[in-house]
Amino acid sequence: MNTIRRIVTQGMCVLAIVAIQIYPAAAVNTSEAHRSVAPYFVPAGAAPKAPDTDGFIQRWLLLEPINKPNRTNTMFTGTYVRNAFNTEYFPGQFSVVPNDGDKVTVGNQELMWHALDSTGFNVKLFRFAYGLNKPTYGVIFWAVTVIDCPREMKNVRLAAGSNSASIWWVNGKEAVDLFDDRRMVMDDVVSKRLTLNKGRNIIRGAVINGPGLSDFCVRFIDENGDPVRDITVNLGSSGSNGDDSAVQSDF
Amino acid sequence: MKSRILAAVIFLATIIPSLSAQAPALNGEPYIHDPSTIMFSDGKYFTFGTGGGGLMSEDGWTWRSGAVRPGGGVAPDVIKIGDRYLVAYAVGGGGMSGGHASEVKTMWTKALDPKSPEFGFYDENVVASSDGVEDCDAIDPAFLLDPVTGRLWLSYGTYFGYIRMVELDPRTGKRVAGNQPVDVATAMEATAMMYRDGWYYLLGTHGTCCDGANSTYNIRVGRSRNVTGPYVDNMGIELLRGGGKLVVAASGRFVGPGHFGLLDLGDGVQKFSCHYEADLDRGGRSVLDIRPLLWKDGWPVAGDNFYGGTFQIQSERGGLALELAVDFVRMPGGMRGFGPPKGPVTPVPAQELSEVQANWPSGNIDLRIGDFMSRPHQKWTITPVANAGGYPGSPYFKIVIEGIDRALAATADNDVVTVPAFTGDPEQLWRIDQLIDGTYRIMPKSMSGKQDPLVLTAVGRSTPALARFDPGSDKGRWNFRKP
Repeated sequence: MNTIRRIVTQGMCVLAIVAIQIYPAAAVNTSEAHRSVAPYFVPAGAAPKAPDTDGFIQRWLLLEPINKPNRTNTMFTGTYVRNAFNTEYFPGQFSVVPNDGDKVTVGNQELMWHALDSTGFNVKLFRFAYGLNKPTYGVIFWAVTVIDCPREMKNVRLAAGSNSASIWWVNGKEAVDLFDDRRMVMDDVVSKRLTLNKGRNIIRGAVINGPGLSDFCVRFIDENGDPVRDITVNLGSSGSNGDDSAVQSDF
Repeated sequence: MKSRILAAVIFLATIIPSLSAQAPALNGEPYIHDPSTIMFSDGKYFTFGTGGGGLMSEDGWTWRSGAVRPGGGVAPDVIKIGDRYLVAYAVGGGGMSGGHASEVKTMWTKALDPKSPEFGFYDENVVASSDGVEDCDAIDPAFLLDPVTGRLWLSYGTYFGYIRMVELDPRTGKRVAGNQPVDVATAMEATAMMYRDGWYYLLGTHGTCCDGANSTYNIRVGRSRNVTGPYVDNMGIELLRGGGKLVVAASGRFVGPGHFGLLDLGDGVQKFSCHYEADLDRGGRSVLDIRPLLWKDGWPVAGDNFYGGTFQIQSERGGLALELAVDFVRMPGGMRGFGPPKGPVTPVPAQELSEVQANWPSGNIDLRIGDFMSRPHQKWTITPVANAGGYPGSPYFKIVIEGIDRALAATADNDVVTVPAFTGDPEQLWRIDQLIDGTYRIMPKSMSGKQDPLVLTAVGRSTPALARFDPGSDKGRWNFRKP
């Protein structure tokens, strides 16, 4: 209910109507007509968002799931996952920073990007798909976020966990891969040391899952393993014209 | 043609076990999935599995079907409270493609043996549930009767959301009025709980089940000072964030261990039951196993059932070797001098049995614990004995001097001796249990099952005898060292 009131009081009537459809305050509901991504997500706000107290990045642009039927997760070898992710599903797959509401066409699916804040440390992709009446099993999710760093940060690492396999890119370079049959474990796989640029950095991920719940958690940790918290996520500043190629990488 | 194929199958079935370098899973027909905690009732061991029914065993080594559990459903658990057994199981849920609405039910029985006059389930209650949408799938229940508070807890859940815990009334088996579920873990299923030294342990299974030899099941654990958490693993990661320290994973011919169940045999001997998703020696079928439970730095970890070989038997107490009480025979040569050799270096052959055996008495020979020298009178070949019965996890073994049939035997006056030849008598059959610190307890079959069993013990430093096992002492602990 608080979510709806905040949107309405901002005078964004059109958005409010959409929000009422997608983010009703009621708890999860089995009825397709009344499904919701609440309480697992709220719409991404306009103000920059810091990571949570443990450094987890909660604000993401999430693409509705791409159908990719898989009977079991034990087939998610590195080769299989790379092939699955290197397949071009939509233009600019590895470069676009979309806006909330942008649509892409994948085969016979028309899929929308959603700018959301996860209410937990992890991003519950199953709840995202379920809440939108989209396929939940045998799917690929794409996720993008943009973080602003107050200064150049050397020797940080991206730490990720996912259910099931996933690959994560930082400023266009692959940073972390999680293959085989995985459950989401905090800091499951950690990247080599990398540098975050002063200003904008683009994080992109793809998660594939067969049966079971899909989710991920991503954060940056410093040389001591402590969470990097003095960064912010600001999807609004990225805009649809942003792309990874515009960001200098110094891996 | 068919008979030729059949002959080939029989031949393969005969030789495949010999390819295994590890102890086989349990004897008999231990086929089960999601076994409940093993219970002892009416002189027999019982475990129940998914789908109703279960396994029973006279000795914990040879298992067969025959246990009876009504209600069907999945993944039951059992606990003994007072003189009754409380059984929990789940109906519904566990769906790979939806279907996560489920109920956990409990019911009582005074006996588990269907032939017992006191066998019969009653007072069924629903104690937990999930609606199919919420972040929980109410299956895979597991009990913990808190030894500190006497309160009864039930964990349940699977990968579909959270593992949850509720409190039950140990007198009725019903949910405590007003009790609300607590989320304690995620990314696991088939949980179990136990308590030790001020810590509550929550175990669960990670990975994928039900895919035969490709299943990735493995058992993991977190611990907490409070029964309702937060449970944290050795890396400091909460189980609510996917953490979990490995307890046991696939090994050798066994793939996908899951569904932990504590089997505390007393005297510091702890074992655990699990199922393997696939026993490759049994056609990749899911089977029950019982393995030693070890404790390392406050964490449980799987041991391996003893399976035989040729060893020196080392006393944990004095560090010396169990040996025949015969004269020590010097090896040829003596002092070689210090410093670099002045001539060619040639290996010195090990002392052979034939060099010393002629001087041994032909009748019984006493034992002692002597200097660790890798000599023939210290080398013991230990072999599982077929059709001689067993105990939870293993068969009985014979222990003979390498190369001959001279066998370790218990005597009527609680001593140990070697006899010239193994006869298969109970005093020559030995139970070898791995203890929680990784050492072993060695007990004659004639003592197995007794209230205060006598075991092979170091009296003083150098004298072996049978004595009451003291779990707090090192005198009844032994190591098996490769010569």
